[in-house]
Amino acid sequence: MMLLQLLFLPLLASLLIFLSGNKWASRLALGLSIVELVLTWLTYQTFKQGGSEMLTFFQEWITNPKISFHLGMDGLGLIMVALTNFLVPLIILSTFNRNIENSRSYFALISLMQFALIGVFIAMDGMLYYIFWELALIPIYFIALRWGGPNRVPVTLKFFIFTLAGSLLMLFGFIMLYWYNPNHSFDIRELYSNVICSCKQGWLFWLFFLAYAIKIPIIPFHTWQADTYKEAPTQGTMLLSGIMLKMGTYSLIRWLLPILPAGVAEWGPLAITLCVIGIVYASVIAIMQRDLKKLLAYSSVAHVGLISAGIFALNMQGLQGSVVQMVAHGINVVGLFFCADIILNRTQSLNIDGLGGIRNVAPQFNTLFMIVVLGSVALPLTNGFIGEFLLLFGVYAYNTWLSVFAGLTIILGAVYMLRMFQRVMLGNVSDTTSAFQDLMWNERLVLGTIALTIIVTGIYPKPILDLAAPALEVILNKATIK
Amino acid sequence: MTENILQDTALITPALLVPLLPLIGFIINGLAGKRLPKSITGWIASLAVLGSFICSVSIFNALDATNSINIDLFNWITFGNTSIAFGLQVDSLTTTMLLVVSGIGFLIHLYSIGYMHDDEGFTRFFTYLNLFIFFMLILIMGNNYLMMFIGWEGVGLCSYLLIGFWFKNDAYNDAAKKAFVMNRIGDLGFLLGMFFMLFHFGTLDFDGVANAAAGLDSNHILIVTITLLLFVGAMGKSAQIPLYTWLPDAMAGPTPVSALIHAATMVTAGIYMVVRSNVLFALAPHTLDVVLITGVATSVFAAVIGLMQNDIKKVLAYSTVSQLGLMFAALGLGAFSSGMFHVVTHAFFKALLFLGSGSVIHALHGEQDIRKMGGLGKYIKITYFTFLIGSLAISGIPPFAGFFSKDEILAKAFEQNPLVWGILSISAMMTAFYMFRLVYLTFNGNFRGTEETKKHIHESPAIMTTPLVILAILSIVGGFMGLPAVLGFTHRFAAYLSHVTDASKEFLPHAHHLSHATEYALIATAIIAAIAAILYARNQYVSKGNLPVSDEQALPVLQKAIVNKFYVDELYDKLFVKPIQVLSELFLVLVDKLIIDLLVNATAWFVGLTGRTIRLIQTGNTGFYIFAMVSGMIILLVIRLFI
Repeated sequence: MMLLQLLFLPLLASLLIFLSGNKWASRLALGLSIVELVLTWLTYQTFKQGGSEMLTFFQEWITNPKISFHLGMDGLGLIMVALTNFLVPLIILSTFNRNIENSRSYFALISLMQFALIGVFIAMDGMLYYIFWELALIPIYFIALRWGGPNRVPVTLKFFIFTLAGSLLMLFGFIMLYWYNPNHSFDIRELYSNVICSCKQGWLFWLFFLAYAIKIPIIPFHTWQADTYKEAPTQGTMLLSGIMLKMGTYSLIRWLLPILPAGVAEWGPLAITLCVIGIVYASVIAIMQRDLKKLLAYSSVAHVGLISAGIFALNMQGLQGSVVQMVAHGINVVGLFFCADIILNRTQSLNIDGLGGIRNVAPQFNTLFMIVVLGSVALPLTNGFIGEFLLLFGVYAYNTWLSVFAGLTIILGAVYMLRMFQRVMLGNVSDTTSAFQDLMWNERLVLGTIALTIIVTGIYPKPILDLAAPALEVILNKATIK
Repeated sequence: MTENILQDTALITPALLVPLLPLIGFIINGLAGKRLPKSITGWIASLAVLGSFICSVSIFNALDATNSINIDLFNWITFGNTSIAFGLQVDSLTTTMLLVVSGIGFLIHLYSIGYMHDDEGFTRFFTYLNLFIFFMLILIMGNNYLMMFIGWEGVGLCSYLLIGFWFKNDAYNDAAKKAFVMNRIGDLGFLLGMFFMLFHFGTLDFDGVANAAAGLDSNHILIVTITLLLFVGAMGKSAQIPLYTWLPDAMAGPTPVSALIHAATMVTAGIYMVVRSNVLFALAPHTLDVVLITGVATSVFAAVIGLMQNDIKKVLAYSTVSQLGLMFAALGLGAFSSGMFHVVTHAFFKALLFLGSGSVIHALHGEQDIRKMGGLGKYIKITYFTFLIGSLAISGIPPFAGFFSKDEILAKAFEQNPLVWGILSISAMMTAFYMFRLVYLTFNGNFRGTEETKKHIHESPAIMTTPLVILAILSIVGGFMGLPAVLGFTHRFAAYLSHVTDASKEFLPHAHHLSHATEYALIATAIIAAIAAILYARNQYVSKGNLPVSDEQALPVLQKAIVNKFYVDELYDKLFVKPIQVLSELFLVLVDKLIIDLLVNATAWFVGLTGRTIRLIQTGNTGFYIFAMVSGMIILLVIRLFI
């Protein structure tokens, strides 16, 4: 029951917000998202009391083809849901003190998005999972199209078609899995039974991998991203980069490794190589970016490249690292895009060469922005370090030379982030920044929460690691069966 | 939670307080500093470090040199069967560093209260300084490599924040960024070294790693790899060739920062790390050779550049690089405790020299060019005498501290390789020369600045001169803890550290000890060489009254190269910075926009074309549909039956 509440509250919220009218929409959205967060906490407590047994809900749905309404939550799912439900209130709070047209639709779409994302993370039936996966695309499409920047129409279309193409491949993949399974089922327990001939797993691997590689994105499937991040409204970018791209990395762990182990064994080396090339490639591009949002977009490609590399390293440290880093990256990237939004809101500019000197006039903003940047460059005692350490060690255990190459991220990351920070925040004030106003209460609250989380989980990541470990062990076991 | 593996539970509290107090100081000043009066924030920070020093002293008194305290606070990172503790330890090596860091740290905090008095970032300065002390203490107290790495990167962050302390100046910001990035290059080496250890030994605990390594052969490829990677980390942090260029630029920070971070403590972290890993390094003679060569080369190279610098802090900066090279040379010779000994004495006299230079700069309202100084000895006597003591100490004149530690390293060098001894001796001579060039140009002769400046020359307040005097005393007596055995003394410093350094003794080749006559001869040579260098400097800059040429004047090729620091920065710029920038643009324009997007768009176009083509089939003619359907069924039937 708990799972149903957790899943459907955002759907209900979406409806209520839409009916409530523009005046109250934001406050109602915030209130309901906090209720959802409390509910997540209660679920966590129940989960721990149950000795980390998977929470499940099962209901027959369609008999032919056999699709069931099967929800399940293990430590991995719980972490992903918790990340979602932690970020959504912050994302909503980030809009306070801003004018948003037709805000009831805006917040209703955000809540709908939350519903779909939770669905993705707890669906245990392939077709159900696919439905949530596609459903998540709809609200973000409208958010970007309706509230986006001047160039939004072609950019959003490209984004939509790109990801939809990937999804269709995955749909085809699921149908094939259903077909090849002797019991003809989409249920994850059946899919995990590894009955598919290794000879077929090779091409099946690609159907799923392409869908995920586009969503994450792994190069060379990333070209939709930078423009979309730039054109989408900030909350849309936060949802996309903070949570939605984790659908891809999460799915690699849940729906690819354990289902097609032979396919992974065959194509994993190519995939991990792509990921690692992507880390360096995107970092190098980020160095010369002048648009703040695009710079962050490329840095994000580098970070998720490392997450994916850790997953394909097929060892415990890599998987643990990927989970910690999904959380860390989710939190940090939301913080970074919020900082970009604060700058855009006050200066109407994201060109880092025209900014500068903000530190003189906004010391609070400076401190919190700095902490988020440090989390992003993986300084020890921030959340980013735990993730990168485990991920790089995972890649190391897979292949030493690959880890040397991937390790360049800690140097290049420092280069582009500190360069950005210097251009934007340090130096003397310019015309655009001289009247920069320091943080308002909601901004302080959002960035303060994010900064605190960055440090706390950097010092004490144990709860996340402990939560993820049993679930990952099961998955790793299936993924490495010979 | 506290799990105590050792003996003396009474020492757990002071051991925890050591890093905790500066952290508390940081938090108080960081959160409430704006609301507190300036007079208080500086003292909060200083007293926090004083508290650490007192705790360190009590640990020093109570803890036997053969004992250690180990405190595992909690499991920090766990995966699979591996877990890495968040833990601290204290042994004689740690205690030595604790006393230096907290002791000198406190003096420099005090000094800063005076030095930074009129700066608008006063409170911010002390906040960063406390944070630095905290990370530095974690670095030396961590009980495994990853804990050390926390401190390692943490001090790098504080260095970044403090070099760029005056953040309105973009040149300073560039220097700060350069320091961070160059350190990160080294840190990647450190990180990879840890991966090797964790993967092959299953642990990052110092003891665990040393025990596992001891089971392997000398020069085993694994140990050579690990130690080389760790040494890359040390090169970054301790500014060795080729990663040294950030340190001279780091002088952009306020002078107390240069004294504390970029001379006395942080930059010696690399030496501490090697000594902490002495078993590993002793098992890898190949790596020790690399360390030796790097150290010797850096020592000479930096000394040469130091000969022709005209910025008072730049001279000291290159001198620091050179002295660090000397320390690494000692480590490369397997003389771990000698290296540490020089770390300690160097901390005394180099902190003194930097603070002294700060006092000079303070007196001249920010002037740093020694060509515009001169004759200051008359006006700022305390600064002059303490600076002189520091210079004598670094030049290796007995009985000042530097003499003993430097002489010890030179003797070890002669034992193993007279060539190394020769090069290091030349480097030492150059050091004596440029230090006294600095002293004479600054304090002797006539003042060469403007009349306006001259009127305002004043000695620094007591809060600044007191640390100078204390450090001067330490620079005089500091060497006595390591009196040479040849004179019939026991080397108390080496004995104190022996518990740590003895672990590697069995793996090092046995050196034949020098005869007493040789040792006496070496000592005599070193002293004579230093005095000769000083007299030469006196001849040049006092008797002849020579002055360094102005920047505009043309110089012979070699001198020009030295003044321009051999164009290494320019070289790095051409070799690394520019190519990456070009690559970045190339990736974006050529690969991203042109190739990949072209493919993407081509796919979209192809889909569109297919759509337009297939649309032609949708004719609306029912007959055609039925025909298509029946054909399809037949084809399926054929497939089913025959294929």
